Amino acid sequence: MSGEFPVALILILGGALVPLVRGRLRAGFMLILPVAAFAYLLMLPHGAHGQVHFLGQTLVLMRVDRLSLLFGYVFLIAAFLNVIYALHVEDTGQHVSGLVYAGSALGAVFAGDLLTLFVYWELTAVSSVMLIWARGTERARRAGMRYVLIQLLSGMFLLAGALLHWQGSNSLEFGRIGLSSPGGALILVGFGIKCAFPLLHNWLQDAYPEATVTGTVMLSAFTTKLGIYALARGFPGTEMLIWVGALMTAFPIFYAVIENDLRRVLAYSMNNQLGFMVAGIGIGSELAVNGAVAHAFADILFKALLFMSMGAVLLRAGTIKGSELGGLYKSMPWTTGFCIVGAASISAFPLFSAFVTKSMVMAAAAAEGHVVIWLVLLFASAGVFHHAGIKIPYFAFFAHDSGIRCREAPFNMLIAMGLTALLCVGIGVFPTPLYSILPYPVSYVPYTAAHVLDQLQLLVFSALAFAVLIRTGIYPPELKSTNLDSDWVYRRLGPTLAGALTGVVSGLLASLDRAGSAVVSRLVRMLHRHHGPEGVLARTWPTGSMALWMMVLLLAYLLLYYI
Amino acid sequence: MAEEKKYWLDRSDNVTKLYRGLWGIGFSLLIFDLVLHKHEELEFAAWFGFYAWFGFVACVVLVLAAKEVLRRLFKREEDYYER
Repeated sequence: MSGEFPVALILILGGALVPLVRGRLRAGFMLILPVAAFAYLLMLPHGAHGQVHFLGQTLVLMRVDRLSLLFGYVFLIAAFLNVIYALHVEDTGQHVSGLVYAGSALGAVFAGDLLTLFVYWELTAVSSVMLIWARGTERARRAGMRYVLIQLLSGMFLLAGALLHWQGSNSLEFGRIGLSSPGGALILVGFGIKCAFPLLHNWLQDAYPEATVTGTVMLSAFTTKLGIYALARGFPGTEMLIWVGALMTAFPIFYAVIENDLRRVLAYSMNNQLGFMVAGIGIGSELAVNGAVAHAFADILFKALLFMSMGAVLLRAGTIKGSELGGLYKSMPWTTGFCIVGAASISAFPLFSAFVTKSMVMAAAAAEGHVVIWLVLLFASAGVFHHAGIKIPYFAFFAHDSGIRCREAPFNMLIAMGLTALLCVGIGVFPTPLYSILPYPVSYVPYTAAHVLDQLQLLVFSALAFAVLIRTGIYPPELKSTNLDSDWVYRRLGPTLAGALTGVVSGLLASLDRAGSAVVSRLVRMLHRHHGPEGVLARTWPTGSMALWMMVLLLAYLLLYYI
Repeated sequence: MAEEKKYWLDRSDNVTKLYRGLWGIGFSLLIFDLVLHKHEELEFAAWFGFYAWFGFVACVVLVLAAKEVLRRLFKREEDYYER
């Protein structure tokens, strides 16, 4: 089979057709789309397909290789699970934008040139913001606006970098770019925004928790992982990324400890997991890049599972604030169980997915002699268990009983969570299928006695630290609060400065205005004096004087005639 | 109103049992460390119980720093941005 037809269009065009079908037919139609696209991917030969000639350049709409296929597979699995999770939603707009969003992320992954990448890149931004606005609150409207502006800005960096790259290298091909190539730095910033680099990260924690119950799950799968894909394609082995990644793993976990909105806690832990991937790409060895993309694969699933369980809590309990929740395991036992599977997976418990993926990045850091980085990553590993592995299930489902009694999650949500949980455990127990589709051959062995023991020690003693701090009352209680992060710069400092500047400028304008009107009024007075009703130059002259002047002129004419 | 079902975790002595059980697991993992001969890439990682004390200390430091530093500096009212 040839790969001329862009796989993205199956979801994008299919998504556009969703409003035309109703009821069970619609459910079936939406479920078939990712399955059909997945089957199409399985049949594709490697190579550059779907070539279009444009402005003297060859655009490649379908570049099929091991890296793009890996992300293609997991994006379609995520799209399928998301469709199931959202089946009960009646809002057609969310279904359409969800499918178009997943499709455009898929298109970006298979883009073989920077221009095609840019087009899909912007399409993911525009289609995904609908999932935030669909919440319908003023907070969501504002957060969505900030989100889409930052996403479009990332696209602008990508476009500017791509044009410089084209000018400098006369090629639009999207391969290894590197920092030193023309436009490389700008492209890296564009990718960095999507990957939520430190200080470019806060759109994630700002926007994701404001989206709809199902929208947040959808959002968690694609945008950031598209950034990771692009980084793995364009900047493997860029040393700076090792430090950027390590910083990303460490600082968000402090915020996660004191954050009250449990979906925002997950957004911080997402930032932390992305850090492992970025660090792996920065290290750049075969083991490290394998680890980074394998972890992206695992992360899409366990993060979806965690967001799904918190979405179910928000739907049924009506709140997602740690300070208001607790004891929900009595009402939502299945959701509790699935959440714990997600928590064990993100924490890298043996037999769960991250144990076989994240450890590759750690092993690569140790093998390349990055001791400090390795220690930071180990700290972050303990920290992620602490805030995502324990805090999320503990405050939502256990802790003190909040007295909330609600129904278990809808059946379709439970099915979606069950399937996702199965995949998380499946990858952890049988890593070979995942290892076999990684970009490089894998010789890494995750299950050694030492690795299992080390990891169990790390996790059990992290749990003990939590237990000791809770029982001694040292652990900070969940408080209703907003914690200032880098978004403060554009949400508070920017507007305050703009306000102050407006004051100064308008004051300046007012005094200019006063000075101007003084000049004008003097001018008016002067004109008035000479041309006004009493003015010398504005008097009405009698008809007699006109006749007199006419006579003078005629006499002058007569005189001239005779001369 | 009907008496609500009592759950096993509702009793605080059961929670204490769990807590003690966790310590038990922790200590048995340390005993394994004595038995198992490990080849670590980084030498210090093979020290006795390295991962155990690292995990414990890391989490205590994490929580104390977040509580005493971050919360003091950056915590604001919930409606901070809406005001």
